[in-house]
Amino acid sequence: MDVKVNILRYNPETDRKGHWEEYILEADPDERILDLLHKVKWFDDGSLAFRRSCAHGVCGSDAMVVNGENMLACQVLVKEVSTPIKIEPIRGLPVIKDLVVNMDSFFDSYKKVMPYLINDGEPGERERLQSPEDRDRFEDTTKCILCAACTTSCPVFWTADTYVGPAAIVNAHRFVFDSRDNASKQRLEILKDVDGAFRCRTAFNCTSACPRGIQVTKAIEDVKRETLTIN
Amino acid sequence: MKVIKHSFDGVIVGAGGAGLRAAIEAAPHMKLAVITKLYPTRSHTGAAQGGMSAALANVEEDNWNWHAFDTVKGSDYLADQPAVDILCKEAIDSVVELEHWGLPFSRLENGKIAQRRFGGHTVKEGEAPAFRACYAADRTGHMILQTLYQKCVSMGVTFFDEFQVLDIKIDDGVCKGVIAYEVATGDIHIFEARAVTFATGGFGKIYKVSSNAHSLTGDGPGILYQKGIPLEDMEFYQFHPTGIYRLGILLSEAARGEGGILRNKDGERFMERYAPSIKDLAPRDMVSRAIATEISEGNGAGPNNDFVYLDLTHLGAETIKQKLPDITDFVRTYVKIEPINDPIPVQPTAHYAMGGIPTDVNAKVLSDETGTVLPGVYSAGESACVSVHGANRLGTNSLLDIVVFGKRAGQSMVDYVSSTKPMTLSDNAAEDLTNKIENLMEKDHSLEFSVPRIREELQDTMEENAKIFRTEESLEKQTEILSDLRDRYQNVTISDKGKVFNTELLEAIELEYLLDMSDTTVASALHRKESRGAHSRVDHVERDDKNWLKHSFAFKNGDSVKLEYKDVELGNYEPKERKY
Ligand SMILES: Cc1cc2nc3c(=O)[nH]c(=O)nc-3n(C[C@H](O)[C@H](O)[C@H](O)COP(=O)(O)OP(=O)(O)OC[C@H]3O[C@@H](n4cnc5c(N)ncnc54)[C@H](O)[C@@H]3O)c2cc1C
Ligand code: SF4
Ligand code: FES
Repeated sequence: MDVKVNILRYNPETDRKGHWEEYILEADPDERILDLLHKVKWFDDGSLAFRRSCAHGVCGSDAMVVNGENMLACQVLVKEVSTPIKIEPIRGLPVIKDLVVNMDSFFDSYKKVMPYLINDGEPGERERLQSPEDRDRFEDTTKCILCAACTTSCPVFWTADTYVGPAAIVNAHRFVFDSRDNASKQRLEILKDVDGAFRCRTAFNCTSACPRGIQVTKAIEDVKRETLTIN
Repeated sequence: MKVIKHSFDGVIVGAGGAGLRAAIEAAPHMKLAVITKLYPTRSHTGAAQGGMSAALANVEEDNWNWHAFDTVKGSDYLADQPAVDILCKEAIDSVVELEHWGLPFSRLENGKIAQRRFGGHTVKEGEAPAFRACYAADRTGHMILQTLYQKCVSMGVTFFDEFQVLDIKIDDGVCKGVIAYEVATGDIHIFEARAVTFATGGFGKIYKVSSNAHSLTGDGPGILYQKGIPLEDMEFYQFHPTGIYRLGILLSEAARGEGGILRNKDGERFMERYAPSIKDLAPRDMVSRAIATEISEGNGAGPNNDFVYLDLTHLGAETIKQKLPDITDFVRTYVKIEPINDPIPVQPTAHYAMGGIPTDVNAKVLSDETGTVLPGVYSAGESACVSVHGANRLGTNSLLDIVVFGKRAGQSMVDYVSSTKPMTLSDNAAEDLTNKIENLMEKDHSLEFSVPRIREELQDTMEENAKIFRTEESLEKQTEILSDLRDRYQNVTISDKGKVFNTELLEAIELEYLLDMSDTTVASALHRKESRGAHSRVDHVERDDKNWLKHSFAFKNGDSVKLEYKDVELGNYEPKERKY
């Protein structure tokens, strides 16, 4: 079948601002949106820029806005979206070219929450023990692939880009609720800050945007509640 | 072109599991940079699903010697046994270390790391399937990659994200650094470094149906091959039995480890005929061949009889949800089948390169078949060939390989840097590369010589002529096709002439590596007149230990490939017939 695709193009070397380009593509309903982008790039305009690697929703490269919603282009099939298909870069981060945005501030926020296990105790020669129940408490937030779909769907982040954003809080959650970690207090102090978890207005955009099905808003609520337990 | 110069002691190319593990080892002892064409967390290690083996004996009696036996037998006796001993012995501490760094393994009721069964892993040298694979649901690779990256963040390791290395500088046989292209700006960066590790991953994109990411194009092996370094055991490429039909997306062997069954169009559990004792959990080369045989004998399912079924319906919704959540989601997302209720159409998918850059057990790159070390250059992970996987890798042994030998690469860098003086590169060190890029930019674009056209033909024909079953005829045919594609590649053109995020340019450069990987794979396969592990010659069906218990070394010789051989290092296990 023929599919009409509109892509928001921007090339900093030639354009002053972004503009829409229309493409009519021969496509199979079972193909991924990513396959459509490849068709444009490989057989029509080689300069189209987008990130991608794994092509099956595990590396987090290709978050973009498709028909107004954040998703991974490799995780959605042509038959699941209405046409014409409108594709734009994720919002709130500076566009480098076409569908590629600058991720620096996103990763800076991630690093701010100390996203690594902190435990100064002597771990011993074998593994530390952890019960399946304790392991389950942070299962959901271990799934994050840092794709930025959540953060860039957040209305608070669009207006206040100093807000650490949902993805950073998700990654803090992953350690705050890990029974092996000793530094929750330090992380929660950071998230108590003006640009921390309390900026969240529970719009739930992040939860619907997350391609890994993480209950992002719930994780933020868990963190907010935990923050109240420290003084 | 803007050229920027940096000075480091060591550079690691690649930030998958192998590169990151090397970085953790090396960073405290030198000025180190990790250069990666993808953001680290987007490396394909993150796609690994089923597990990482170590004889922890958390579920049942186990020891590393049995693990070593299985690895050697799985390799069809081509693995170097001293290297296998290191792999299996160091496995235990490696898993424990990852746990200490925070890796959220799945747990047993008693709080220890959970372990599951996997193909080819047995207790007591073949008695029964072993619970040896440590896992975190079916996203073990994701957790390894995240944990190693987190550790690097905590250590403040220096990363150059979205910088693609395109050249290495070796003067008089000594390493002096690498040249990289900054994707966002098109600037060229010269990195002075006397120790360089390549951890660039695999090259599954030489085939059409593959479990590998678009970025897996064999850059490290390609760069070194073009400098005259040989590639080892390239004829051994692993096809994983269960890729989603047509898409190639992997459905981990963990599915069969948890009890999943392969069935042909009649619903028959055909693996009972091919491997009576361990059936669906036979090693991958055997299962992939069994599937290909079922299909060629008309037992495949579907209108074209070209796939078989992976049946998980008897496992129950709870096991599927707890232990195989991601792969069953892939099935729901891409083929709209509910695996709890219906069997899944699968076919073998190009998966893992046993071959690659030859190294010793300390990750030092060897420049010939006699074991000459190339000073300052290291490789680990899928880009390297130690060889611990021989002619066929067992599942879960690669995630293990990347941490064990990644660490050893880091240690070797430290030893080398502490006993040598800094190297300098001149300001025009990038000239070869800038000329190459300018040349590509200047040519007028023509569709006939476009990257996607040449690449598509390469992938289609490799799929047809050099996949699971090979013959002299199919390989000779492919040799001719490759030579024609190579000629066309000399005129390759691109349409994007810009500097910013010009991924078309990078795809053009990667295509040359894909051609190199294909040339060496086909030439090595054509020369090896026996069947062993993943290399099956229909015209030479027997394994021939008398003539072929050898590693192949493929050297670039103008536009053709020259082959040399090196004996396998044996150890405790004498080659025996391989039966399961
Ligand atoms: C779907 C799938 C499932 C798997 N499951 C398992 C499993 O359960 N158990 C197991 O043991 N093994 C498994 N494997 C195999 C295993 O995951 C891989 O072999 C292993 O992760 C490779 O790691 P690596 O560090 O060598 O390379 P990768 O993780 O592929 O990393 C390569 C790195 O190199 C960088 N790079 C490449 N070229 C350049 C360049 N020119 N310049 C700069 N950087 C560059 C990339 O950016 C990337 O960071 C699986 C493989 C796949 C595909
Ligand atoms: S929480 Fe979900 S949407 Fe947000 S970065 Fe992680 S994977 Fe992406
Ligand atoms: S390409 Fe990896 S998530 Fe889409």
